[in-house]
This record gives sequence, structure tokens and C-alpha cells, in this order.
Amino acid sequence: MADRHPPVTDWATDFDHTDAAWIADPYPIWDDLRERCPVAHSSRYGGTWLPVTHSLVSEVAYDHERFTSRSVVVTERRPGPDAPPAPIGVAPPITSDPPFHAFVRRMLIPAFAPKAIAALEPFTRSLCRELLSHADGRVSFDAAAEYAQHIPVRVIVQLLGFPQSDADLFRSFIRRVMEEVDQTPEVRDEVFEEMDDYMNAQISDHRERPRDDLTSYLCSATIGGAPLSDEHIRGTMVLLMIAGIDTTWSAIGASLWHLASYQADLARLAGSPSLMDTAVEEFLRAYAPVTMARLVAKDCVFGGCELKEGDWLLLPFPAANRDPAVFPDAGKVLLDRVENRHAAFGLGRHRCLGSNLARMELRVALEEWLARYPSFRLTDPAAVVWSGGQIRGPRQLPVTIG
Amino acid sequence: MPLRVRVDPDRCQGHNRCYSIAPDLFELDDLGMSSAAGSGDVPVQLEAAARRAEANCPEHAVVVSHG
Repeated sequence: MADRHPPVTDWATDFDHTDAAWIADPYPIWDDLRERCPVAHSSRYGGTWLPVTHSLVSEVAYDHERFTSRSVVVTERRPGPDAPPAPIGVAPPITSDPPFHAFVRRMLIPAFAPKAIAALEPFTRSLCRELLSHADGRVSFDAAAEYAQHIPVRVIVQLLGFPQSDADLFRSFIRRVMEEVDQTPEVRDEVFEEMDDYMNAQISDHRERPRDDLTSYLCSATIGGAPLSDEHIRGTMVLLMIAGIDTTWSAIGASLWHLASYQADLARLAGSPSLMDTAVEEFLRAYAPVTMARLVAKDCVFGGCELKEGDWLLLPFPAANRDPAVFPDAGKVLLDRVENRHAAFGLGRHRCLGSNLARMELRVALEEWLARYPSFRLTDPAAVVWSGGQIRGPRQLPVTIG
Repeated sequence: MPLRVRVDPDRCQGHNRCYSIAPDLFELDDLGMSSAAGSGDVPVQLEAAARRAEANCPEHAVVVSHG
């Protein structure tokens, strides 16, 4: 990474979301840019824009004319205007534009409604307890690698009806797709081919032996009377993998990082379970893991800048959530924040389809952790490792529990 | 005059925040979109919940007003 991407010296004109300084602590960078720009530009990745105010981030999220969701992960390879499989995109509906977007979304929404998600809570709770039991008798435990990391992947594997023993394989796909964005197109093609082979095998198996799970539902679902193609079903699975696992794992890890780092907040939350609802929302605001992306659909002026068709635009909901124009004390975590219109799950038509699932997982993961370990602290702040790219969360988080 | 809640259908994106904060005041359709339950009139004991639902809607779709 270092060879191809030299360290950033000016964030306003040459930012890079895989730079070590951004990975370690992006908040001062965004605060500074909010004062100076507020739309930064970089020629990296073939030309990328970065708005950092809540108002400009909202403007992009609500505008499907100037900005397309055809690709939502900034890499060295920019899809051209006719690159297949537009307008569906590789992972519908996150990579779809209207009107196709709405049809796909409608088909999926019932699987993520509050009642459907509530049915997964007992599985999630017993999974959290099982993971915590591995810490029994130990002094130190990695809250990211040994706990948070395993929760969403196993919940999604359960939701899709895949074997729980494939969870590790899933995690490796996700890491290679989401974090190794600076690899060559050839290397990235290999990852997608491996994933396609795996998912094709699962689709065949579920077509032969339908059961009560999301894969069987997708195999029998129709849009406009026609069954979904295998390509579309695979795309939906890719969506769940890239959108539902790394993200929630990051939110759980970042919340535990905060509690381990701020002992007063830990004592307060462990002693007042009724604070959990507002605390969960405040963790989501302050440590929103997901920065989305858009492609500029046509030459336009945005935030006083001249954008060209095909430019990338990073859509940092985490920066919007730290905008002091919208959130008083934006840089502080207030566990009882009463007004909290945060955009951790995005805004507009692409609002995160899995937000009910993510909230349930985060709440249950924190409840179960605090019930077992109401007191814990960072073993060594310097040992915490954060992920790079568009999903931010701790990947190594050693905490002292004994 | 009692408080009344309403949800702007053009703004609602189905975040379900209002429903999770005040399930007695809102209902969801098959697509997860929210609307006021019944007449939208807010019983006195739920006024604080109605205000919280309004203050936590990311899309500014929930509106609480007098009558």
C-alpha cells in the first residue's frame, strides 16, 4: 500500500481514506476540512471528492440525478458508463439506481422488518454468551477479534441458511473485498470468482432442498412475475456480506472500545441498563462505521466545485454525524443524548436495509458483554488496530477483563 | 389542545426509529414505512415519547404539533 499510495500531506487536495493517519483518527481531519473546504478533492483513485458537512452529505444522499450508486466502493477501477451489470449493479439494491432500486428493495424489506429481526434475537444472544464463555478464566480477551468479529457473520450465515462452519470462509471473503481495495483488478477478480463458486453451490443446494431461510426465499421470490436470476441472488448475498457483517462488527467493536477507554461511561452504562437505547444510538452517531461512495453521473457543480462525470465521491456519514452545525457537542459521546438524528444508516432511498438487524445485534452484544464483564479496560491503547477503507472499526482490541 | 403526530410519507424512508421509540403511536406498512397509528392523537402519558420520536427521525419525517 505504501509504495503505491504515498503518505498524505494535504488533506484538502490529496486525501486518501487508506492513509495511516485517516485510519488511526479521521475525526480531526474531517473537523479541519469542515472549516476549510468543505469539499476536499484528491486525484487518487482516478479523481475523488469528499464532502464533510451534514448538509452536503445529505444533498448527495438525496440526489439520484447527479450521483449514481452503481459502484459504492472506491477502488482503482472505475466502472465506465456501460459497464455491466448496470443499472442493477453488482450487489442490488445498494448498487442500483431508481427505478430498479425500489423493486429490489421492496422484495427484501419483509426479511428485515422489526418482527423478522426479533426472531433472530435468541440466536444472537446465545451466540454472544457462547463467545464470552471462551474468555472464562482469562485475564485478557480480544473484544474485536474474539467477540465482535464473530457476531454478525454468524447471524448472516444463519439468516441465509448456510452452514455455521463456513463462517470463517465468509470472513475471509469480506476482508479481501472490503479492505484490500488497493489490489490490482486481476487479484480482485479472483476473489469475486471464488465467492461466485461458493454461492452457486449454495443456490443449487437450496433449489433442490428448500427450507425456511433467506436463500430459499430468494430462490422463490419474483420481481414483476419473473424469478430472480442466479446472478441477482448472488448479488443479494454479496450485499449481505459486504453491508451486513464488517459494518456491524465495526459498530460493536467501536462501542466496546469507547467503554474500555472511558471508564466513567462504562460504569454509568453498566449501572443503568435503561440508558442502553440512547447509548446505542450515540455510539452509532459518534462511531458510525460506514462511509459510502457514489459516482458522479454527469458534469455538475456541487459545493462550489466542478465535478466531472465518472469522478468518485466518498459519502462520509461518520463526518456528517460529527458536524457541530447539527449536533451540539458533536465530538463528545453523551450516553443520554435526547435528540439524535444521526445518519449512521444513511439517508434517503438507500437507507440501510438492515438497520433493524444491526441495532438488535449491537444492543444484544453490549447487553451480554456488560452482564458478564461490567468492568474492563484497554490492555494497551497502542495495541488497538483500526481497519482502513470505507468501514471503520477496531480489528484488534485487547482488553483486560480479569 | 392535545398533541398529534403525523409522518410525512414523502420523507419517511423506513428507519423505524419512531416505531421503536413509541410503538403505540406509529404503525408500519409492509414496506416498513411509518404512519401515525389511528387518529394520531397523543395520550398525555405518551407526549414525551412523541417528542423523542420526532427528535430522532433522521429524515425529519415525524412531526408533532398541537391539533
